[in-house]
Amino acid sequence: MIAEYWTFIVIAVAGFLATDIWRWLGVFTGNRLDEDSEALYWVRAVATALVMAVTAKLIVFPNGTLAGSPLWLRLGAAGIGFAVFLATGRKVWIGVAVPMALLVAGLWWVGF
Amino acid sequence: MSPDSDDRNALSWFFTGMRGLLSLPALILLTSIVGFSAFALESGLTRAEAVFMSFAIWALPAQVILVGTMASGANIAACFLAVTLSSIRMTPMVASVIPEMRTRRTPIWLLLILSHFIAITSWVFAITTLRNVPREHRAIYFAGFGVTLTLTGTLVVAVFYDIVSAFPPTVAGVLFFLTPVYFNASIWASARQPVVQIAFVMGVVLGPTMALVTPEFDVLCAGLGGGTAAYLIDRARRRRKRAGQGIKR
Repeated sequence: MIAEYWTFIVIAVAGFLATDIWRWLGVFTGNRLDEDSEALYWVRAVATALVMAVTAKLIVFPNGTLAGSPLWLRLGAAGIGFAVFLATGRKVWIGVAVPMALLVAGLWWVGF
Repeated sequence: MSPDSDDRNALSWFFTGMRGLLSLPALILLTSIVGFSAFALESGLTRAEAVFMSFAIWALPAQVILVGTMASGANIAACFLAVTLSSIRMTPMVASVIPEMRTRRTPIWLLLILSHFIAITSWVFAITTLRNVPREHRAIYFAGFGVTLTLTGTLVVAVFYDIVSAFPPTVAGVLFFLTPVYFNASIWASARQPVVQIAFVMGVVLGPTMALVTPEFDVLCAGLGGGTAAYLIDRARRRRKRAGQGIKR
């Protein structure tokens, strides 16, 4: 009986609970912060740095098929794409389309 | 849209939030979830287990880590530890949007429920668009986006569970790249305060660097260390600016 549902129990405890306790803690912490408080400046900075650390890791250490592509290609596509995005008035679709096009062209060029 | 003068009812704000599902970020996330479905199938999860996991966790990095540790045969305590370490980032993410989302009368139980729907995509959505919504409708507006996105993402897992393995692997690889480049552009575009821009640069530099130094705690170190450094640099900058203005007067 338990064996049948064991995977669901693992997901509920080691997945749901392990993640949502931090979300709940965030609610209790955020609920005490004023919108213009000095503490919120710090919390925003930490949240942004965390998300960007995850993001940069996806580019430098990707999972799956992309892990076999050259690092210079991924860094170049993301870096040049971001520079074009900054130079052309920070439109999000440009910031997505340019690096994607560079990656596809680069993968084709190296014969991936 | 002015935040103060608006008499649309709450339900219409729910639907406005829901319309965010047709935006670029939501479509990119749903594409990444297709990739997760394939990973879950390859790792031996059943369709029902993959669907339950997507809804119950709703954070792709945590899901990937849990599938990985489960597949390696780790016990439930080891799985819990690995997942919970990767999810600590939820606290500052949730804490940074709650002050903007609530009014003084918003009940805490509602915020606790809504917090489940905060993951990277909906966090970006919140920091980008909440300021355009009248304060009393922000929670319902976020619910419209967050709940719909989670339910759609869960549906995507159910539908694509065994379809994606038929895709050529290069397609999956290229699609994988969408997520980080989208976050790069959208988070920078939404950064109104210099402190966020400094933290952005810190995270980008420290994330991969710390992954080489402390692979277990890299994101945490990069976030806490880089975020704190960004805050201190910005505070010094603000103080100098204020001192400069003082002298001029």
